[in-house]
Order: sequence, then structure tokens, then C-alpha cells
Amino acid sequence: MASAQADSRSPTIVRPRARRDYAPWADPAARPLVRFENISKRFGGVTAIDRLSLDIYQGEFFALLGPSGCGKSTLLRLLAGFEAPEEGRVLLDGVDLAGVPPHRRPVNMMFQSYALFPHLTVEGNIAFGLKQDGLPKQEIAARIADMLALVKLEGLGARKPDQLSGGQRQRVALARALVKRPRVLLLDEPLAALDKKLRGETQFELMHLKQELGLTFVIVTHDQEEAMTVADRIGVMNHGRVMQVATPPELYEQPNSRWVAEFVGDVNLIEGRVVDVAETGTVIESAAVGRLRASAAKGAKPGDTVWVALRPEKVRVLRVKPAATENCAGGVVRDIAYLGDLSVYNVALDSGFVMHAAAANLTRLIERSISWEDRVWLTWDASAGIVLTR
Amino acid sequence: MTDEVIVAAPAGGGRATTWPRRLVVLVPYLWLAAFFLLPFVIVFKLSLSETAIAQPPYVPVLDLAEGFEGLKAFFSALSPRNYALIASDWIYLASYLRSLEVATIATALLLLIGFPLAYGMARAPRRLQPFLFMAVVLPFWTAFLIRIYAWINILQRDGLLNQALLALGIVDTPPAWLATDTAVYIGLVYSYLPFMVLPIYATLEKMDETLLEAAADLGCPPWKAFWLVTLPVSLKGVIAGALLCFIPMVGEFVIPDLLGGSENVMIGQTLWTEFFGNKDWPAASAIAVVLLCLLVMPIMIYQHMQSRAIERGS
Repeated sequence: MASAQADSRSPTIVRPRARRDYAPWADPAARPLVRFENISKRFGGVTAIDRLSLDIYQGEFFALLGPSGCGKSTLLRLLAGFEAPEEGRVLLDGVDLAGVPPHRRPVNMMFQSYALFPHLTVEGNIAFGLKQDGLPKQEIAARIADMLALVKLEGLGARKPDQLSGGQRQRVALARALVKRPRVLLLDEPLAALDKKLRGETQFELMHLKQELGLTFVIVTHDQEEAMTVADRIGVMNHGRVMQVATPPELYEQPNSRWVAEFVGDVNLIEGRVVDVAETGTVIESAAVGRLRASAAKGAKPGDTVWVALRPEKVRVLRVKPAATENCAGGVVRDIAYLGDLSVYNVALDSGFVMHAAAANLTRLIERSISWEDRVWLTWDASAGIVLTR
Repeated sequence: MTDEVIVAAPAGGGRATTWPRRLVVLVPYLWLAAFFLLPFVIVFKLSLSETAIAQPPYVPVLDLAEGFEGLKAFFSALSPRNYALIASDWIYLASYLRSLEVATIATALLLLIGFPLAYGMARAPRRLQPFLFMAVVLPFWTAFLIRIYAWINILQRDGLLNQALLALGIVDTPPAWLATDTAVYIGLVYSYLPFMVLPIYATLEKMDETLLEAAADLGCPPWKAFWLVTLPVSLKGVIAGALLCFIPMVGEFVIPDLLGGSENVMIGQTLWTEFFGNKDWPAASAIAVVLLCLLVMPIMIYQHMQSRAIERGS
């Protein structure tokens, strides 16, 4: 406890590093900064967190992603100390946080509602945490000036929160949580109240901030695009459990279950039976698209029922029948969703199965060759299909 | 038929809605003019008059039948002599000071008792709050005067309070409660408590509880968060409650008259004596005008501070 407290006040400056080299989770010798160890938490009769274990490493930008009510915010509150687990331990730097009240934990939270003190100015809000530590006046003033510059709020220090726009309030909340240089910065749906454009810009700013300050960020979000944009790794949660922890590309390209595949992005799930398992791929017989070849599957043997996950953008839409006999199906275009950059085609296959196929709008709409009720053929590479056993 | 109505409504709506709307704005002003401004002008005129053994018991009386000469005579007869009287006689100043003192101490007592009550109410489980609210408002179901008479019963020498104290062995001889300052404060705090509790409760109830989590998150222990967050955030309710209690308490007559002693009278009692005892309506009116000026001051100071705070913010 005491050591965790002492450590928190010594600034840890970490050189910004290239993100592609950063993968402490792959290193078995690396010690996690935050460890959730077999945590359970119930509210009344409802289980919010169910025997959950998770490691988060120093310098990581970790996203907790899941539908509302999945327990992701509760997990954050357990780390901040607003809730106590019924079972299991929360460790920070190897120190058990049990019994440490929120005001002694070296973590800071940015609240979804921002929770800015309405009676204090912007400066007063940012200074609040520093004053609790009894820092000298000059140092507080210097740190506030730094923070205001960092979040681009220079000149607004004397304003009250109700005189700020939503985006400005969000920055004050961020500055207030950052100014104490927490071991872990907790962000609870930090961008949910911003409009889409501002949200996108702020996501990149958050990433840069994290790199610049070398801090560890844990963000809770229900927006998968946001999680994919900012995070080094994403923990997908459902019903109080972690379904999968992976980097954004892994999560999208290698979901470990139908639930994750469907939650992250759009997907076609084709049920079928394994016919043959080989190094080069798995052959599956399905009612929807006949025989198809997908990537190699671990743990699937002939005769098993499996699901092939196929992302819409990996399915090509053709006007003429291709020569291929596998990974190919004919159908009729039922709906076209025009999204500007993409068009998503809902194609009713001859088997009755409706498949989504997305294509970049490389040409202008007026020249689009595929229209409603057109007869088309769908085809995809064997490597595009992901075999899921659960 | 219905179509016609729907189409016609927006067309005529522009004019149709503005008149009722203007009327609605006008109503409070009319009310104020009829029941505050006009009586005040009458009282102010009275305060500049002189007592007379007549009906009504003062001169001059405005008689419009005598035309312009009568009007001139009327105005020349008015004089500030009653204000000079109030300023010169120690008894009036003493009454004013006594009233301010009693009201200040009672307001402080009300804050000390009312804030924890309001805080407890706001923190109580949601489903309990309507009942607690009712409990605070319930005394209003009984007439104010009857409740004060009940206190006389409780506080008199062989009253309930002394019976209880004797039975519990806390005192050997029954102390005198009635006709003391203590009785006045008990009466004031008892009567005005809802006016202190309700505004404070209203602000505390609206307070976002994540503010306290944010304070804790930033390293502030709970007891300190109360001083740094809860109290400042509820300050508006505290000020509203204090004004709602302080202002009527300064002019309070019934409670000090029925529960208090005969020395150290409050200004309400002095005014009553001038009006009903001495039949000096002009002097009583002057006392009332000075009292009004005294009471308007704290409101003005508060509003001035508010507007200053807004200016500083922007």
C-alpha cells in the first residue's frame, strides 16, 4: 500500500516508443502494472463481474469494450476503489489494493459525466487534486499552466464549467485527471458526450497524450471503432466476463467465438460441418453456400459442427459467374446500403441465406453497375474465412 | 372540422398567444403594485404625518375637493419628524439591534440544525424521501398560533418539559423557561425550521454524487470533501434558507410576545405598542419603513454579490 502510494508521486517518464514494437503481454517475464485476479462482484442478486482475471501493462492503452451492462464500468470502479470485489484481488504493481480507499489510490479517473466541480473555475478544478497533496503554490501554478497548454485551454482558466462548451469541459476533466500524473488513468466513456467529428479528433489526441506522457490508460467504451483506434489491446466483455483480449487487428481477424465476431464489426456466420482438415485449410460443407474452404482451424476435426466467419469487405460481388466451384455462391441483390465510402450489398443466396458484402465505392455512384434485384455471384479467398468452434 | 382547427391555429397563433402571454407577465406586477407598492406608499405617507385626536388619528388627510391649494397644504404638512424621533430615542435603536441580534442567532441555530437534517434527507433512500419531506412540512397542518400556545404549555413552570426533567432527575427545582430568551429561540427555531431545511434539501438533492467520487479520486478524504464540495455546491440553498428565515424573524412579533420576557423587546413589539398602545400611527409607520429598509439591505448585498460573481466568471 505504502509503496504504491510513494511510487505514484515520482514522475515516470518513458520514452515514446514505436507502437509496433510494444508488446509486453507477449513477454512471459514482464510484470503487469495492474492485475485483476479472479474478481467477482455482485449487486444484489445480479453478477456484475464473474471470476474475471486480466493483466494490464505499464505504458499500455487498454480498452474495455462491451455492450452496456457487461460490467466494464464496474471493473474500472473496482480499480479506482469506488467498489470492492467480493472475491479476488486487484493488484497495482504487485500490491494488493484491498482496503485502500479511493483517495489513497495512485490512479485517477475521468468520469463519463466529467463531474467537474461547478463552484470552481477551470484552474480550481485542475488544482483540486494537487492541493490535496499539499504541493507548493508555485508548483501548482506551473503544473496548471502546463496542463492548460497540453489540452489547449489557455486563457480559459478563470471560467466556470457552465461557461464552457461540451468539448472544453471534456478537456478540463481530462486535465484534472492527468495533472496528478497517475500510475493509471481511467477513462469511463470519456468521449460519449461529444459529436462524431470531435470524438474522432479527440481519440487521436488521447493516443498522442498517452505516448507523450508515458502513462498507462484504461478506457471503457461501448464504441468499437473508438476502442480499435486508441487501444494497444482490447478486452471484450460480456456478462461480467472477458470474452477475448487481443490487439485490434487480432480481434477483428481472429475472433475466438461467434459472440466476439458478431460484436466487433459486421460478419457473415455460415454454419457447416467439417469435411476435411489440412495444413492448407479446412473444408466445410454448409447448407448456405455449399462446399467452402476456410483458414486452418485449431481443434476442429471432421464431423464437427463449426461456423465460418466471413467479413463483408472480404467478399467480392461479381456480375458474371466465376470459374471457381468453392467459396462461390449466386444470389439476388435485395438491399444496398450506401455509406459514402462503402456500399453494403445484402444478397439473398439461392439457398435462402442472406449474405452481406461490402465494396469500396471506387467509382462514382452514377456509374455503379450493380443494382437492386440484379443477379450476382459472391466469391472470397479461402484465407478470408475464419473457422469458429464456439 | 378538425382540419380547419389545425390549419387555423398556427395562422392566428402569433397574435393569439402574445396577449395571454403578456397578461401572464403583467399579473405579478399588478399584484405587487396593488398589494405592496400601494400599501407602502400609504404607510410612507403616514410616517410623515402627525398624530391627532381625530378619526383617522393623524393629520394631514388628503382632500382632493379643495383643489390645488389643498394639495399644497397637504404636502407642506408632511415632515420627517417621526424619523427624527426614532433616531433620537434610544429605545427604538435598542429594539432594532435586539431584533437583528435575535434573528442572527436564530438563523445560526437554524443552520446548525437544518443543514444536517436536510443532508440526512437528501442521503436517505429515494423511497423514504417523500415521507421525510412530509414530516418536515407536517407542522403547517396546524395553525401557527396554536403551535406557539402549545409551546407555552410545554415551557411553563409545571409544563411538560419541566415534568420530564424532574422525572428524569436532571434538575431538582424546575427552572423557568417561559419569558426567557431560550424560549424565544426555541419558538423561532421550531417555527422556521422548514424554511431552512427545504431550500437546502432542494440543492443537496440535486447534487451530482459523482462529484464526491471525483473529490475522493483526486485524493480528498470524505470529511474534507464535505467542506470543499458539498457545502459550496449547496451554498445557494443555504443562502436562500438563511434569508427566508432571517427576514421574517427580524420583524417577528408573536413568538417574542408570547414566549419572551417583557424587557429587551424586539422591534415588532415596539411597533405594536406604538400602534395599539400609544395609538401613534405615524410613529409606528416610520418604524415599519425603517425596518423595511433594514431588511432590503441583506437582499441587496446578496444580489450584488451574485452579479459580481457572474461578472467575474465571464
